[in-house]
Amino acid sequence: MSEVALSAALETENTVWTEQDSWFDRIPRSVAMAALAVVAIGLWQAVSWSGLISPIILPSPGDTLRHLIFVGGNLLSGGYMLQSLWVTLQELVLSFALAVGIGFALGVLVGETAFGERAVMPYLVAVDTMPKVAFAPLFIAWLGFGIESKVALATFIATFPIVVGTAAGLHASDENARMLFKTMGASRWQTLVKMKLPTGMPQFFTGLKIASVGVMAGVITGEFLGGGRGFGELIRVASTNLDTARVFALILYLSLLGLLSFGLVAWAQRRVVFWQSASVAREVG
Amino acid sequence: MSRSLTAAELPAAPATRGDRTVFALRGVGKTYARRNIEALGRVDLTLDAGTFSSVIGASGCGKSTLLKIMAGLVPPTSGSVMLAGRPVTGPRRDIGMMFQQATLFPWKTTLENIVLPIEIRDGRAAARVHHGNAHALLELVGLKGFEGVYPKELSGGMAQRAAICRMLITEPEVLLLDEPFSALDELTRDFMNMELQRICLQRGATAFLVTHSIPEAVILSDTVYVMSPRPGRIVETVAVDLPRPRTLDMVTTPRFGALVDRIRSHLDKGSFL
Ligand SMILES: Nc1ncnc2c1ncn2[C@@H]1O[C@H](COP(=O)(O)OP(=O)(O)OP(=O)(O)O)[C@@H](O)[C@H]1O
Ligand SMILES: [Mg+2]
Repeated sequence: MSEVALSAALETENTVWTEQDSWFDRIPRSVAMAALAVVAIGLWQAVSWSGLISPIILPSPGDTLRHLIFVGGNLLSGGYMLQSLWVTLQELVLSFALAVGIGFALGVLVGETAFGERAVMPYLVAVDTMPKVAFAPLFIAWLGFGIESKVALATFIATFPIVVGTAAGLHASDENARMLFKTMGASRWQTLVKMKLPTGMPQFFTGLKIASVGVMAGVITGEFLGGGRGFGELIRVASTNLDTARVFALILYLSLLGLLSFGLVAWAQRRVVFWQSASVAREVG
Repeated sequence: MSRSLTAAELPAAPATRGDRTVFALRGVGKTYARRNIEALGRVDLTLDAGTFSSVIGASGCGKSTLLKIMAGLVPPTSGSVMLAGRPVTGPRRDIGMMFQQATLFPWKTTLENIVLPIEIRDGRAAARVHHGNAHALLELVGLKGFEGVYPKELSGGMAQRAAICRMLITEPEVLLLDEPFSALDELTRDFMNMELQRICLQRGATAFLVTHSIPEAVILSDTVYVMSPRPGRIVETVAVDLPRPRTLDMVTTPRFGALVDRIRSHLDKGSFL
């Protein structure tokens, strides 16, 4: 490098902050995501053209697209699939609401009272370590093949993260805040409602996000094992018919629903916990 | 240094500007049961109305413990604490307290944070009634126009000023201050100390300050108490007879230097006891 070039380089280095990221890290997010999707679908297409894998195991992208359009058309025209989706949606909303109610109440019990922490928490931890899906046959035996058994399983799965989130949130307030509330003569109830609960909102919402994913898993598992008229049943039927492309299409619509519910919780979090910066929200959630 | 006062020539008795005893501590001691730590020896202390006192001592000597006992946050293991003639058995409304951290709540605006003590005490409606007072206080500390701002948009010094307003909103007679400005840079800190003096003089409040800074203790106080290392006891009471209102340039006067030296010598002695 000549002396002139070197000094020029030094000068730019001193005056302009050079980005440390490589070109690879500087690709805009939308472009990066689109590129990745194109590559993945290209690979998928290549594999199905090669004929190495039977379409029963891996349908072609084209087949999947046809089924996507068919399912989408059925949903939009109010066909039987929309009715299934409606059943599943009801199960999702019901179980999420139940999980929030029960999880929040248990979380406050565990996070706020010594009795809850000493006597209730050990049992919760014990139950939480069990593979909860294994309870599905029990719920079906107890509650039958209607939506009740699915709601019960999904609620069962989604309650624990909310308990943990709520309790963790109640422990998040610092010594100074608690002392300040004491000096102000705040009652235990006031301290809980005006300080501990708001302070713990980020952790609570982390629990809600995990729960929103959990209810989906619970509801679909319940529908696989317990029949009924939901979306999971459609998937089960399609897969018994070895209609793998249909299964793919149904799963895609289901994941859209999952994204939607997760997005709703994230949106609510931004509204409720408005003081939490975006980067922290991403870290916690 | 020919005509400066030597330490021995300085008055040793506490300066009493007030005529009414606000705080009276007799033989107050504290042993934390959990690890059997004797945090506080026997402390005797009398604070008169309208006076400013500071306590200074090594880290861990029990200053915060003393303040918490006075505020009724922690019960003493021995001795008695009287505030305005009544024993302290729990948090009291006539006390305002400030800590090293401002501890503003991020979901409330500056104004809502300031009226929080009223909201806790008398409810939301009463808190709204006090919005006018809160505005006046914000103006007093130079935060006019920041009423609707959320705390994360305030600098450290601004947050502490808001905390001062929150402490003052209930018009407490006694201010207990635990290193309130030690997290601030020196310039801001000097400024805040002068603000504090102005507020105390204006309101005739009785203040008790915990600090690590000898100059800060001297510039603000009528009386400086020097504490020994743990278990903390008051080993020296230094009366500061600089005229009021104090100004920052008093720091360069020989008298100020002599007082600082005297306190430092006691602190040094204490650390070898
Ligand atoms: N809640 C507690 N439980 C047990 N020990 C405690 C507790 N609070 C304080 N201590 C102990 O008591 C002693 C005095 O603590 P304190 O906080 O009063 O000191 P301090 O003088 O305020 O120190 P600093 O200047 O560092 O703030 C320390 O040794 C500390 O470990
Ligand atoms: Mg302390």
